[in-house]
Amino acid sequence: MDLSTLITPGTLFFFMLAAVTLVSALGVALAPNILYSAFSLLGTLGGVAGLYLLLGADFVGIVQVLVYVGGILVLILFAVLLTNKLGELKLNNLSTGLMVGAPAAVALLALIVKGVTTTAWPLTEEATAPTTARLGDSFLREHLLPFELVSLVLLMALVGAMVIARRAAKEEGRSVPEESHDRLVG
Amino acid sequence: MGWLAILIPLVVFVVLGFVATLLFGWLIPALGGDLHSWYAALLKAAFILLGFVMPLAGVLTWMERRQSAMMQDRLGPNRANVGPVRAFGLMHFVADALKMLFKEDFVPANANKLLFALGPVMAIAPVLITFAVVPWGSGVCAGHLTDRLTDGQLAQCLDTGGGRFQVVHLEIGLLFYFAIASLAVYGATLAGWASYNKWSLLGGLRASSQMMSYEVTMGLAILGAFLVYGSLEPATIVQAQGDSILHWGVVTQPLGFVLFFTAAIAETKRTPFDIPEGESEVIGYFVEYSGMRFGMFYLAEFMEVIFTSAIVATVFFGGWQIPGLHADGFVAGQMPHWLVCTLQFVAWAVKVFVLCWFQLMIRWTMPRFRPDQLMRLGWKQLLPASLANILITAGVVLALMPGAK
Repeated sequence: MDLSTLITPGTLFFFMLAAVTLVSALGVALAPNILYSAFSLLGTLGGVAGLYLLLGADFVGIVQVLVYVGGILVLILFAVLLTNKLGELKLNNLSTGLMVGAPAAVALLALIVKGVTTTAWPLTEEATAPTTARLGDSFLREHLLPFELVSLVLLMALVGAMVIARRAAKEEGRSVPEESHDRLVG
Repeated sequence: MGWLAILIPLVVFVVLGFVATLLFGWLIPALGGDLHSWYAALLKAAFILLGFVMPLAGVLTWMERRQSAMMQDRLGPNRANVGPVRAFGLMHFVADALKMLFKEDFVPANANKLLFALGPVMAIAPVLITFAVVPWGSGVCAGHLTDRLTDGQLAQCLDTGGGRFQVVHLEIGLLFYFAIASLAVYGATLAGWASYNKWSLLGGLRASSQMMSYEVTMGLAILGAFLVYGSLEPATIVQAQGDSILHWGVVTQPLGFVLFFTAAIAETKRTPFDIPEGESEVIGYFVEYSGMRFGMFYLAEFMEVIFTSAIVATVFFGGWQIPGLHADGFVAGQMPHWLVCTLQFVAWAVKVFVLCWFQLMIRWTMPRFRPDQLMRLGWKQLLPASLANILITAGVVLALMPGAK
């Protein structure tokens, strides 16, 4: 394979997005401050969304931005901002230590390498967007049962989180905000 | 003098619509340009942002001050003469802009310089990007400006020749808008944290919790409209609403309209939802900002107002549709193409303008919510109502359209 076939606008975009994703992933791992780690995650998630778009998966790419960048990452930031004193953030990903991190990293790397080398990577026809209608059909027809089961799992997680939060609030001896407000008014 | 307040915007919109029609229907094709190309998209973005959104945002800052003055029995800003011309004090927004540009750009000593600078950019960029999916007219058929086109001919011409009055025609349209708009949270959060000020941090946290809560309702409330019109693409939704008011979103989706509009106003963080910037309590995530950096937050707020109006007009008020108007006029063969194009742009602009005015009126009519009331309204009232709206809409759509797959 010579270089001229390698450098097309598509591959150029791919390398740019991959660079953004990897550099900000390094930022997540190595940043001296956990808040910077959280902000670096912005680049990682955004880069992955860009890769999805590049592959013609427009719906998945946009939902990646909507759910991960616009939702989950904001929650992570929210948690980081609330759990530390303003301006005195000392916690970071490096403080967990090499002994714990290295085996996990090596194991994950081995898994990815094995996945990449054993997959056949079949080539399909290109330009698959728009995918919205097809995804909807496959979710609500062919894979309806798994889809509903997944939503049930999410609901369980939601209810579980609420049970834990309310119990913790009660054990601390303070009433749940909602009740105290009702008492104040009624 | 009151009639001038109606006449002046109308004249401006007619001129803008005519310019757009000429620019994309005659000038670019005459110069050998391609309406499908990237530079045509860039020109469209420049036209709608610099020609309509930015000036309107500026004028809205003045309109808001005049409106508040009217409701509080004051005169409000009415001087700012340019030579002998007073123009009701309209030039105040230019004076405001100049003041912000020349004010000292102050950065607090302990602020995080990088994130402090990034905050206003992250607040204003998403709003600018989301205007890409808004259709501001059905589009112009190059080379046929003086012809009398039928609806079918125009649709075919737009599909093949480009010329849509919309920067990008995305199949995932409104989903793209939700995705990009959800990034606006970062502006407030970053600004709040980077300022190294407890008030601004509180404001930033309040902003992010409020925007996340109301995003959910906003997305669910508009799902009903997706079900009815069978598309996520704004231009297609407008097309599907047709030339009869009975098919407009506000008639087919009244509950969806109220829920979406409420949630969208909450997203703009203006009274009655201005918990993140309550002047009497936390002042806001932008308390440490001065000069043009504050100006960017300010401008972003008014552009969000315009964008909210644009989306509400598109999904619930037929976008650029005028009742009874087809591609060749109210009666077949009545109007040339360029006139219909201009009229449609004017219809869209007037709808956006009226909805902006309505938002200003809400802003100065309602008192502020308490944070717990805000959360209760969002999660316990709007969210269940929007879920019910989806269920009912789905049932009705299924019953009325048995052929729907």
